[in-house]
Amino acid sequence: MVDVPYDRIADVPPAEVPEVELYHPKSWWTQYVFSQDAKVIAIQYSLTATAIGLVALVLSWLMRLQLGFPGTFSFIDANQYLQFITMHGMIMVIYLLTALFLGGFGNYLIPLMVGARDMVFPYVNMLSYWVYLLAVLVLASTFFVPGGPTGAGWTLYPPQAILSGTPGQDWGIILMLSSLILFIIGFTMGGLNYVVTVLQARTRGMTLMRMPLTVWGIFTATVMALLAFPALFVASVMMLFDRVLGTSFFMPALVEMGQQMKYGGGSPILFQHLFWFFGHPEVYIVALPAFGIVSDLISTHARKNIFGYRMMVWAIVAIGALSFIVWAHHMYVSGMHPHFGFFFATTTLIIAIPTAIKVYNWVLTLWRGDIHLTVPMLFALGFIITFVNGGLTGLFLGNVVVDVPLSDTMFVVAHFHMVMGVAPIMVVLGAIYHWYPKVTGRMLDDWMGKFHFWVTFLGAYLIFFPMHYIGLLGVPRRYHEIGEAAFIPSSTHTLNAFITVMALMVGFAQMVFLFNLVWSYFKGRPSGGNPWRATTLEWQTPETPPGHGNWGKELPVVYRWAYDYSVPGAEQDFIPQNQPPRPTRAVQEAAP
Amino acid sequence: MAETALTNPEKSPAQSAGWKGIAADWSSDQRAFKNVSWGKAMMWIFLLSDTFIFSCFLLSYMTARMSTTVPWPNPSEVFALEIAGHHIPLILIAIMTFVLISSSGTMAMAVNFGYRRDRVKTAVLMLVTAALGATFVGMQAFEWTKLIMEGVRPWENPWGAAQFGSSFFMITGFHGTHVTFGVIFLVAIARKVWRGDFDHGRRGFFTSRKGNYEIVEIMGLYWHFVDLVWVFIFAFFYLW
Repeated sequence: MVDVPYDRIADVPPAEVPEVELYHPKSWWTQYVFSQDAKVIAIQYSLTATAIGLVALVLSWLMRLQLGFPGTFSFIDANQYLQFITMHGMIMVIYLLTALFLGGFGNYLIPLMVGARDMVFPYVNMLSYWVYLLAVLVLASTFFVPGGPTGAGWTLYPPQAILSGTPGQDWGIILMLSSLILFIIGFTMGGLNYVVTVLQARTRGMTLMRMPLTVWGIFTATVMALLAFPALFVASVMMLFDRVLGTSFFMPALVEMGQQMKYGGGSPILFQHLFWFFGHPEVYIVALPAFGIVSDLISTHARKNIFGYRMMVWAIVAIGALSFIVWAHHMYVSGMHPHFGFFFATTTLIIAIPTAIKVYNWVLTLWRGDIHLTVPMLFALGFIITFVNGGLTGLFLGNVVVDVPLSDTMFVVAHFHMVMGVAPIMVVLGAIYHWYPKVTGRMLDDWMGKFHFWVTFLGAYLIFFPMHYIGLLGVPRRYHEIGEAAFIPSSTHTLNAFITVMALMVGFAQMVFLFNLVWSYFKGRPSGGNPWRATTLEWQTPETPPGHGNWGKELPVVYRWAYDYSVPGAEQDFIPQNQPPRPTRAVQEAAP
Repeated sequence: MAETALTNPEKSPAQSAGWKGIAADWSSDQRAFKNVSWGKAMMWIFLLSDTFIFSCFLLSYMTARMSTTVPWPNPSEVFALEIAGHHIPLILIAIMTFVLISSSGTMAMAVNFGYRRDRVKTAVLMLVTAALGATFVGMQAFEWTKLIMEGVRPWENPWGAAQFGSSFFMITGFHGTHVTFGVIFLVAIARKVWRGDFDHGRRGFFTSRKGNYEIVEIMGLYWHFVDLVWVFIFAFFYLW
């Protein structure tokens, strides 16, 4: 046997892709405002999403005030209540969560985590943000137009969405649909960038199966969004025509105020199919990045490799594919053929398999891990518990016979707020605590962070657990005031008041968090480059925050997967992805 | 940067054929699609997304057509023209289709000459393609005008289901917008080719990047896609 000297650089294939050619800013404007740097675009996306998200948060307080103390607040009437639920839902799902996960975290983390200098087409990436901002401004403008924003509910079901009985019929619905169309155009420009960057611009040694799960989650979600948003785009265009031109795509023959309307022959169910062909993948567009991020948080803060990495990747891909064939489980009460209900209930329950694989793997990652109860870890644990809770009530709603009586009750509200509201927001918050040091170079304050976590986590349960119960009693959703009905016990009103107080307290905790973000930016403890001792590439940048072009002169070379924590025999309890393997013993002995 | 698509010659033997090759490419580092540049990958993925948009439009139209209780106007009659005393069904649509398919031919030739770095022929063929595209849009404008004169509106028409006009204007309008954007970009890129931007490595105004002749092929992908979509619209809207 001849000992071949082991050359660790030669072990990695040579570079075959040229580096991203960067746009070098020439002025303050092109550096900070019309920036083509993915990191700046990410921060712009995040700040815009947070700003419009705060509007939605305030709307939720107003709704809760009305539900908890009906009749006390004279400035909230029934129409406004409907407008609040519509805007709250639409903003939170699309303009906050989708934009934050994909535009915010995607832009910041993808190039850093795969070892690229930037997205592949930075100029298109910049346009993506500005179109998104325009969409947000158009949406926000509906608060100031005559008639106010639309009150059609976030699902915008026709025919009521564009009839005069619904608030916001004048301008609200038109601007809402236009804003959605703009959002989709903007997102497509960004989404194409994320997908191509992951597929075609990774650094040397970074195979797909070495990517951190965060990138896998964001990547799969982006692919799904590129295929799901077209349905919403088409539905928005057609409804806009129904409203503006008087076409009848979705409008059947109707009598309004004793008058036969000009509409006729359209299909409201068609809209529901189009909407949910987008709407159900949208749930996973929000959830998959959360799945990915939480895997990395758990692995890093439990100092243990993720359990079953390959399974985790395939589960993400499987969930993404399956989510395209379950949409009609939102439509059990729409009058579909019952056989469809059977099919869609089956596919819905099949999704539980890859999802359960993920949950078991998170728990098995924690098992006998060196768990550090840092703030990001607390939020990650909070996510797992909340997601399991929300997922279990999903089993109720996924089955036709159980769903029918629960349809349109507060049970549904509680279910999707747990699984799609609280759970992803937990991950967003955990991820901000985790990556804030990389973005700013300073740690977020720990005490405020723990206060924020406990109030948010416990508060969310105190809000939504009673809401399940109220829903089981049969209290319908989207009602401005439930009044006195024989089937509603008077204790429901007390519970509603309790939920409102809790919602206000959780809202207050978010103000502490915002204060923490600002305060720590100036006064936080300097973090250094890798405060969590993490393995992934973004923590190995030469500068913190990463400079223009992310890496110094040389791109990093990747030698290992992203989860080398607590490797036996290693000097430290983590080995960065770009650390070369040690020469084998034979090579060491051969050396003079 | 210019030669994004260059292969590394030492890597070539590893590129085996069939499923093994695909598996090898996807488990390799750096790129999943070897020899595919970023721009081309991005255009393909965009076209996939756009396919979903047109599919949703066409499926919605078919749903409306199948579920309407009022008879659907007969497209052969609606789109017939009187030429020299002869009543010819679908004649204008046939000519439009011929023009658009021909433009795919000139586009393919432009791509060919682009790779031979034949500046003038590439630019001229792209301009011919753009002219054919503009002709198509012009004939579509004529068709729209004719139907509007006959009383077809998005919300009603003299012959039957109101969804006929709605679907017609929406689908052909959306496709026509695609063709129009294609014409604009064809002219813009033809200008760059003509000026020799891709020979001298002139940098883009917004992106500060050097382009290369591959952009002609990427433009071609878009153009062929728009033509292909028209074939489906032709089959599902006019021939059904």
